[in-house]
Amino acid sequence: MTNEVLLDFNNVTMQFGGVTALSDVSVKIFRGEILGLIGPNGAGKTTCFNVMTGVYQPTHGSVVFNGSDITKLKRFQITQSGIARTFQNIRLFSEMTAVENVMVGADARKTSSIPAALLRTKHQRAEEKESYDRSMELLALMGIADRASDAARNLPYGYQRRLEIARALATEPELVCLDEPAAGFNPAEKQQLNELIFAIRDRGYTVLLIEHDMSVVMNVSDRVVVLDFGKKIAEGLPSEVRSNPDVIAAYLGVPDDAA
Amino acid sequence: MSLSESLRSVTSGARSVSRLGEALGNQSRSVRWSFGAICILALYLLPWWPNVPVLGWIVETPGTSFPSVLTDQVVIFVLVALGLNVVVGLAGLLDLGYVGFYAVGAYTVAILSSQHANLPWLLCMPIAVLVSMLAGVILGTPTLRLRGDYLAIVTLGFGEIIRITANNVEWLGDSRGISNIATPPSIGPLKFTVLDVKPYFFLGLTTILIVIFLLRRLENSRVGRSWNAIREDEDAAELMGVNTFKFKLWAFAIGAAVGGLAGAHYAGKVGFISPDNFPLQLSILFLAAVVLGGSGNMYGAILGGVMVAWLQERFRNFTDKRVLVFGIALVLVMVFRPEGLLPRRVRTKSPMKPASDGQEVAQ
Repeated sequence: MTNEVLLDFNNVTMQFGGVTALSDVSVKIFRGEILGLIGPNGAGKTTCFNVMTGVYQPTHGSVVFNGSDITKLKRFQITQSGIARTFQNIRLFSEMTAVENVMVGADARKTSSIPAALLRTKHQRAEEKESYDRSMELLALMGIADRASDAARNLPYGYQRRLEIARALATEPELVCLDEPAAGFNPAEKQQLNELIFAIRDRGYTVLLIEHDMSVVMNVSDRVVVLDFGKKIAEGLPSEVRSNPDVIAAYLGVPDDAA
Repeated sequence: MSLSESLRSVTSGARSVSRLGEALGNQSRSVRWSFGAICILALYLLPWWPNVPVLGWIVETPGTSFPSVLTDQVVIFVLVALGLNVVVGLAGLLDLGYVGFYAVGAYTVAILSSQHANLPWLLCMPIAVLVSMLAGVILGTPTLRLRGDYLAIVTLGFGEIIRITANNVEWLGDSRGISNIATPPSIGPLKFTVLDVKPYFFLGLTTILIVIFLLRRLENSRVGRSWNAIREDEDAAELMGVNTFKFKLWAFAIGAAVGGLAGAHYAGKVGFISPDNFPLQLSILFLAAVVLGGSGNMYGAILGGVMVAWLQERFRNFTDKRVLVFGIALVLVMVFRPEGLLPRRVRTKSPMKPASDGQEVAQ
C-alpha cells in the first residue's frame, strides 16, 4: 500500500426520486490496498459500486480515478480506464464457455473490429491469441482452468464466482471491485477466497471489497469503510472499526456475531 | 406415418446432423476438407436432384419447377436468414422489419439499372449492399438505444415505412413498380436469361458460400464474442468493456448489408419489383426461418431458410390449406425443438489449441 490515491470518491450524493441512497460519501482508495466496504443491507454499498463503475450518474459529487474525472464517462470507458467489477448476483454470459467469458473481458483492451476480423489481419490474429492466452492464464490463477471449455451455466457455483473474478481481471484493471464474492461459500471456500484476494493484490491490483462476511472482511482488508443509511459512519483499520461503538450499534450488533 | 412421427424423424434427423458436425470436428483436416468439398459439389448439383430416385420424390415441388424454387425462394431465404441471424441470433436484437433492408437492396438495383440509370447489375449490387448498410446505420443510430419489445416495434414500423414510401413516391415507381431491371452479366457459358434459371442458382449459392465464409470469421472473433455477450447480458457486457452501442450498430449494419444483398439478387432475378413484393408477412417469414432453424446457429438459420422457402412449395398441393399446414408444422417444431432444429451450440472447441499446461493447476 502506498500513499498514492488511486480512486477518489468525492462527496457523492445519489438520489433516486425522493430516496437518498448515498449522502455526501467520500472515500479514498490507495493504490495497492485492499479496502473493505461494509454495512447493513440497504446501506448503499452496491450503489457505491454502481456510481464508481458508471451504472449511475451521481446526483452530486464526482469520482476521480488516477487523477482524471470519470464521473461522466460511459460504462465501457470506465472499464477501459481501469476499473473492473464483479456482481453480487452472478451475471456471467451463461451460454458462452468459461474461456470465452474471460476473453470478453480481455477484449476490452483490444482494438480489432469488423474489417480486421473479416480480413483476419496479422494484428487481429495476434490479438485473438493474446486474449486467449491471457484468459487461460487467469483461469489457471483462479484454479478453474480444467473447465475452460464448459458453458458458464454448467459450472458449479463456486467456479462461477471465481469465473466472474477472472473476467474482471481480464480487463487489465488497476482497481478490482468485488461485490460480495463470498456469498454462499462454506468456511473452507471462504478461506480459499481470502488467499485468492491476497494473490490478486500481490499481482499489483488494488481491491475494493464489499462483503457481509466478517471473517473475510476483517482478515483480508487493510482498511475498512462502514456505511449505514447512505452515510459513512466509520473508517479505519479493521481492529479500530471493530471496536467503534457506532459501527457496533449499526451493524455488528453484539460483538459475538462478529467472529 | 402420423404427423408427429414424421416430425420426430425430422427433429432426430436434425440431431444427427449436429452429431455429424461434432464427429467431423474431431476428424483430421484432410477428412474435413474432402467432406466439405463433396457437400459443396452436391449443393451445386441441387437443380438436378429431382432426377435422382427417392431423393427426387422428397425434394420435388409440385406445380413449380424445382430449379425456380431454388433461385426464387431458397437462395433468397437462406441469404436473408444468414443476415437476420446476425441481428437476432447473435446480438439478440429483435428485428421485425427486416424486409425493409431487403427492399432497399432490391430498389437500389432497380433504380440504378432501370428507373433512373442504366448501370450494370454487377455495379449495382455492391452499391445496393452499401445503401442497405447505410439504411441499417440510419435506422440503428436512434433506435438501438431501445431494448426488447420497443426495438421490435420500431423495426416493425421501419419495414412498413419502406414499403409505403415505395408505394407512394413516383420517383420509386409507386405502386406500378419498376420493370426491366438488369440481370447479372453472363460469364462464359452461364447466360442469365429467363430460359434457364440455373445460372442464378449458381450465382446465389456462390454468394451464400462467400457470406458464410465472412460471417464465420466475424463469429469467431472479438466481434462475435461481443455480440454473444450483448445477447446474454447487455449491462454486464458493457461493464466488461464492450462498447455495446457500437457493436449493436455493427450487427444491424452487417445484417442490413446481407439483407440488401439478398434484395439485389432477387431484383436481378425477377426483373420486376413492386411494393407488393415486400409485405410485412415476409418479415415474419424471415424471422420464422431463423427461429425455426435455430437462432444463433448459422447452419440452423440456413436450414430454417431452406425449410421455410421449400416447404411452402413442397406442400403446394394443399392449395388453400397450405398456410395452415405450414403453420402447424412450425408450431410442432417449436414444441419438440424449442430452440430450433439446430440449436445454438456452446463451442466446446476453443478457437486456438488449448494450452497443454491447463491441467496442472486444476484442483
